[in-house]
Amino acid sequence: MPRRDVMHGSRAVAEAVRLCDVKVVAAYPITPQTHIVEDIAEMLANGEFDAEYIMVESEHSAMSACIGASATGARTFTATASQGLALMHEVLWIASGMRLPIVMVNANRALSAPINIWNDQSDSIAERDSGWVQIYVETAQEALDSVIQAYRIAEHEDVLLPVMVCMDGFVLTHTVEPVEVPDKEQVAEYLPELRLPHVLDPEKPVTMGALGDPNYYMECRKQQEIAMEHALRHAEQADEEFRGIFGRGYGLFEEYNMQDAEVVLVTMGSVAGTVKETIDMLGADVGLLRLRLFRPFPKEAVRRALSEAKVVNVIEKDVSVGFGEGALMTELKSVLYGSDVRVLGTVAGLGGRDITTEHVRQAIERAERALRGEKVEEVAWAGLKEEAL
Amino acid sequence: MKVAADIPSYVRCRHVCGASLAATRCFKFRKLVKEVSDEELFASGHRGCAGCGCTVAMRLALKVAGRNVIVTHATGCMEVISSPYPETAWRVPWIHVAFENSAAVASGVEAALRALGKKGIKVIAFGGDGGTVDIGFQALSGALERGHDFVYICYDNEAYMNTGIQRSGATPYGAATTTSPAGRVSFGNRTFKKDMPRIAAAHGIPYVATASVAFPLDYMEKVRKALSIEGPAYVHVHASCTPGWGIASEKSIEVARLAVDSGMWILYEIEHGKARVTYKPTVKRPVKEYLRMQKRFRHLSDEHIAVLQRYVDERWKEVFGED
Amino acid sequence: MKVNIAACITEPGSSERNKTGGWRVFKPVVNNERCIDCGSCWIFCPEACISRKEGGEYQVDLDYCKGCGICANECPTEAIEMVLEEK
Repeated sequence: MPRRDVMHGSRAVAEAVRLCDVKVVAAYPITPQTHIVEDIAEMLANGEFDAEYIMVESEHSAMSACIGASATGARTFTATASQGLALMHEVLWIASGMRLPIVMVNANRALSAPINIWNDQSDSIAERDSGWVQIYVETAQEALDSVIQAYRIAEHEDVLLPVMVCMDGFVLTHTVEPVEVPDKEQVAEYLPELRLPHVLDPEKPVTMGALGDPNYYMECRKQQEIAMEHALRHAEQADEEFRGIFGRGYGLFEEYNMQDAEVVLVTMGSVAGTVKETIDMLGADVGLLRLRLFRPFPKEAVRRALSEAKVVNVIEKDVSVGFGEGALMTELKSVLYGSDVRVLGTVAGLGGRDITTEHVRQAIERAERALRGEKVEEVAWAGLKEEAL
Repeated sequence: MKVAADIPSYVRCRHVCGASLAATRCFKFRKLVKEVSDEELFASGHRGCAGCGCTVAMRLALKVAGRNVIVTHATGCMEVISSPYPETAWRVPWIHVAFENSAAVASGVEAALRALGKKGIKVIAFGGDGGTVDIGFQALSGALERGHDFVYICYDNEAYMNTGIQRSGATPYGAATTTSPAGRVSFGNRTFKKDMPRIAAAHGIPYVATASVAFPLDYMEKVRKALSIEGPAYVHVHASCTPGWGIASEKSIEVARLAVDSGMWILYEIEHGKARVTYKPTVKRPVKEYLRMQKRFRHLSDEHIAVLQRYVDERWKEVFGED
Repeated sequence: MKVNIAACITEPGSSERNKTGGWRVFKPVVNNERCIDCGSCWIFCPEACISRKEGGEYQVDLDYCKGCGICANECPTEAIEMVLEEK
């Protein structure tokens, strides 16, 4: 029987790891994900499930150990954030290039310097080219469910790519929400046993991580790209089948109040809650598109969803320094290239600064002024203290 | 098989015992060599330089390990020359991930084998000196400290050879490399080798050994011992590099032997904290002889050679007692 | 020829397609009369291309021999000579 409970988002993730019968967990602490690996340790200590728990000596080694374990045929998991994710950088690319279905939760946190432990999404967005599937969640429930879905997507024979489930640090990891914890039988029905095309096995020796010279490298990259195309399909399927068994689903993105909306806000993660609240509060004729699957980017579907919009304002917790805007805005412009949609950007919440309903209202207002043909700032920084500059 | 009486007395055994082949000790070598497995798990056709001592280290380790192993490998010479897609010299399961994480990958493999209930498969992690004592230090230390059941073999050619001979933490005093060249105001590398075997031993692991490709039976016995114990083991094998050391390819094994016979490299093992020398040279060769054989040391003045001789003499006294 | 997923090599020892014998300038010639069957050449060969047989007839696989000369240098009875190969 599924269990209705209230718990921290990090606990919800630990529950998912338990339910998915993960065999090897690599653990290294970093705020704000530490509770995830702590909760897993507690579950293991109490025999709630059985897994090898490697207390590695750095995040680089965490991902390296995951690669070793996954290549040997074990379902693996690790969690990290910010500096830890950045430290893993080269190994992230390798995990994807080696086509290993590792699942990792990233508790979104700002990158140094200055050192800052609070939530923004610059860490995982900086890894968007690494070849990992990226899912951004809004709630603790979605975090739990997305970890389960992540294994399903990652391990599909047409995909075989690692999956990163991104959840806002502190906002989701450290807040308590109602969560329905599925039972193990449901998850076992949903998740087949892990079967890789090649594993490290003396019965059938293979060489993994070979040198790929210019004669081979491009095809390997293209194969990953093709796998991402499959991942797009399978992410949708995985979510639909999840809905069938567990009674809830999320899609590749969420559409809120989008009916006939000419002004649409686009965002990722938990801030969508504040956006929805603001839209309701103002009774505004404004839609929200909460993008859930960021990699692979569901270009066609997003284009279709925004086909009625005239102005889009992307509210995001990252900025590409030197390009003057966040990556999501840039990508959306690329996706909407050739259409008449005007794309504005709002850089918000960097380093954990609260995104308030007032900030959202300002973003709406700017978009509406643009809709009326007024001259507006293309990119604004919400709540920036100009006097402190 | 020829017997002692058939062999002229001038023939001297240049192997472990240094004695005349007419003496019985070298028959032990012959006998033991005959017992070594015929199976070649490191195949021909690899792209190692002609005379590469490190490939000997690979080949012989696998003869001891047999098929029931999984090998992890750091980026470096032995990885690159053995695995250019679609060619692989490896006849055992093998994985290369990055430069500094052979031990971390091995940790994951080992944990997975346990989680999957796959017993009896040994894990061997290879790394060059650069990938072990420098960039691989952290991952190695972590894996040793956590007590994973695996063998780490560092093949030490004393520089970053694959990238064209750059200085590493294992480069000896006075050696010329491209990043520690000898010049008008420089005599080459200014520091002494990082003592990685003793650092490994400081982790309290059950088995540590130093070895040399020139002493194959000693090396293989140490690999066998390392594989037989439960828990982490560390084997550090000194392996020659013909372009890096500046020697003719045929001298590859001879120079490695001279490293040991001159005291520049000492063969020992540490079992549960107790150290024991496994080979004492019957004749201690002057360090100068070893240095003069190699282009990387040829620039050294008598003053610097004396520094090295003193360094060797101090360690010799410490290890072998007054001599 | 399709590239394997993740460039995984599934044929162990496929390096044998690469006949490194072409690298050679000198080739080893074994005088089995002088050979005392000590096994040094066999154990030290980096290419694993010397095979030992019963009765001590050591043979070099010239498909792979790079002509490094280790075998000749290590042979205690000088039973191996490195000879310039006429091409």
